[in-house]
Amino acid sequence: MAAVHGDAHGHGHDDHHPSGIMRWITTTNHKDIGTMYLWFSFAMFLVGGTLAMGIRAELYQPGIQILQPELFNQFTTLHGLIMVFGAIMPAFVGFANWQVPMMIGAPDMAFARMNNWSFWLLPVAATLLISSFFVPGGAAAGGWTFYPPLSTQGGLGVDLMIFAVHILGASSIMGSINIITTILNMRAPGMTLMKMPMFVWTWLITAYLLVLVMPVLAGVVTMLLTDRHFGTSFFNAAGGGDPVMFQHIFWFFGHPEVYIMILPSFGIVSEVIPTFSRKPLFGYSSMVYATASIAILSCVVWAHHMFTAGMPTVGQLFFMYATMLIAVPTAVKVFNWTATMWRGSMTFETPMLFSIGFIFLFVIGGFSGVICAIVPIDIQVQDTYYVIAHFHYVLVSGSLFALFAGAYYWIPKWTGHMYNETLGKWHFWLSMFFFNLTFFVQHFLGLAGMPRRIPDYNLQFADFNMISSIGAFGFGLTQLLFLYIMISCIRSGEKAPQKPWDGATTLEWTHLPCPAPYHSFEKPPIVK
Amino acid sequence: MFLVVFGIRKISNHVGGNMRSKSVAALAGVSALALYSSMAIGSKYNLPEPQSVIAKDIYDQHIVLLWICLVIFIGVFGVMFYSILKHRKSLGYKAANFHHSTAVEVVWTIIPCLILIVMAYPATKTVIAMKDTSSPDMTIKATGYQWMWGYDYLQGEGEGISFFSKLSTPRVQIENKAPKGENYLLEVDNRVVVPVGKKVRVIITANDVLHAWWVPALGIKQDAIPGFIRDTWFTADKPGIYRGQCAELCGKDHGYMPIVVEVMEAGEYTKWVAAQQGASAVKTSMHVENK
Repeated sequence: MAAVHGDAHGHGHDDHHPSGIMRWITTTNHKDIGTMYLWFSFAMFLVGGTLAMGIRAELYQPGIQILQPELFNQFTTLHGLIMVFGAIMPAFVGFANWQVPMMIGAPDMAFARMNNWSFWLLPVAATLLISSFFVPGGAAAGGWTFYPPLSTQGGLGVDLMIFAVHILGASSIMGSINIITTILNMRAPGMTLMKMPMFVWTWLITAYLLVLVMPVLAGVVTMLLTDRHFGTSFFNAAGGGDPVMFQHIFWFFGHPEVYIMILPSFGIVSEVIPTFSRKPLFGYSSMVYATASIAILSCVVWAHHMFTAGMPTVGQLFFMYATMLIAVPTAVKVFNWTATMWRGSMTFETPMLFSIGFIFLFVIGGFSGVICAIVPIDIQVQDTYYVIAHFHYVLVSGSLFALFAGAYYWIPKWTGHMYNETLGKWHFWLSMFFFNLTFFVQHFLGLAGMPRRIPDYNLQFADFNMISSIGAFGFGLTQLLFLYIMISCIRSGEKAPQKPWDGATTLEWTHLPCPAPYHSFEKPPIVK
Repeated sequence: MFLVVFGIRKISNHVGGNMRSKSVAALAGVSALALYSSMAIGSKYNLPEPQSVIAKDIYDQHIVLLWICLVIFIGVFGVMFYSILKHRKSLGYKAANFHHSTAVEVVWTIIPCLILIVMAYPATKTVIAMKDTSSPDMTIKATGYQWMWGYDYLQGEGEGISFFSKLSTPRVQIENKAPKGENYLLEVDNRVVVPVGKKVRVIITANDVLHAWWVPALGIKQDAIPGFIRDTWFTADKPGIYRGQCAELCGKDHGYMPIVVEVMEAGEYTKWVAAQQGASAVKTSMHVENK
């Protein structure tokens, strides 16, 4: 940093930072890093979305047209991995970077340099994942869950995927430790835990889940790696191992992972709904307890992904009951949001629309979740399009819609500009329409017996697959509208007042101008 | 549920006064449910028509769950959309300021618990029944290969029969060079044949990677795991041909390894067994002569 000090710009110490690309490479500012996380995740969203377009194009009609089966499997595998690890998770970390310090009245994240490092690992991992398409044998093709022995068979692409997962895991763990430390140590005077905004609460709980389960994922991919190259047989029965053990370990990570991707959405929606209802969040403390209960329960339900793998009767019953139990805190949350809206004074700007859309569609995903939890029914729908429909209802209209809500809600604070409200509403309604066109019909495909991860299907599934593909293309194109709205907001949006949403009550709106200054809350605010 | 019944009760009040209106309403409600539910049977967008006790249980539980979900959906979103329509700033509605109510929160925690118990009870009974593979009339081993199934009749009538079962859809149909048949991708060269009304235990394993043996109409799906065996069972109610597919990603041709079960009357099955055993005797004797 000596070189920086040597520059005689005449600015105050705080404003010293390199410009151009070096600003972004060396930055330790939570806002810069948050911005990079968000752009990175959007780029990955477009890559993963392009893969989805390929999948839906192949499934547009029965027969093999565009993608040969092996390449089709690579597309589905990388679509899943890129969307989960490249798009959704980093987007939430981006929100945490921007919002957590501003919402708790802290000047920055606790470990500013580690923050830089945990971001810059991501492009490395993404490069490994994407380049795996071009190595001999192609990308990993064993599904995003990469079950052995199939993933033991794959080529170099699987090894690249394993290293990418390792790197992403390291990045997530560092990010989480940073978030936990920031929240526990850097809150403004007077902000007790039970006065924290819900978004901060949900991220605190999510970060603990991440620290708990990411090492488990790292462990299981390492075991896979040694099975592939170093002569172990953790997952090979002939050597005394068990392929099903992989599934247990993977899902011990994988199920909490599902909640890692949804809890921060709950947080965003719990900020947006009260703001636009002009009424405090109903049942704040029960929201906190419900979030914590969901997190704890999420660690004891993993084998509901494996009801067809074979387990004792009592095992199936235990995992069925535990899974069904998650419906209770989730229902409490939905009731609380409804009660927050009840007798409010509501307006329906784009963030509110996406939040209501979130609740509406997430509840449908919750219903299909309860149906999947019932073991006998799951025996029929497991590994079919029903499950695809279920998890896209909770991940796309769940996590992604909440991310959109959050982006529209906070973009005035981030950029100092307002987005175009009319286009924002178009983005919502088009997303809503095309999302349902794509995924609602997939419930019926699954019930009627179409397995997932197949490139070709019987003629009885033809009509609904065509509808689903048309919906997918529409949904994909609609997201380019979001890109346009965001870019035009940043470049030429109307100037935003400090508090464009009159119902907002959190510190970033009440204490900071729009855009938030590069260094905010150097002196902590006093929270009463 | 009560919303539906309530609606029908209003109609029945109008028609026949309120004498016995409760039982009329209940009857009307039940028959309406039965009507909708029976319309779903045979629809190509629903679970296939069940052909075994277990499949029937699954089918019925799914329909009941759909009704429960529908009622909750109408309840929750009825309230929410009422609020969205009425409690808006543009109508000049002033926001209230309440933010919690312990009584209400306790009630809406307990109600979902009760609903879940109602759902879990029949499911538990079915799980226990599904797991009971004891005292079968016959046992067949299904082995998953990349990419076909192998069958060995281990016990019961037909013991010793053994064959492979591969996709029989011609390559030209997959490559769009010929029109696709009705059973495109769901047809095999050798079907698994079983007698009607007999308890068939299926032992499932795999040779290379994971597969899953799934026949929706019979209500069974079980992963095939290399190096381990799992089992499941079915008793087919009616003769017929029931089709399914591999349900666990197993590589390139995962979409091309269907399962076809043909259920026969006892007499026909005996003939089939004799034909198979004759054929395999010929094969064996040819094998000996060649030596």
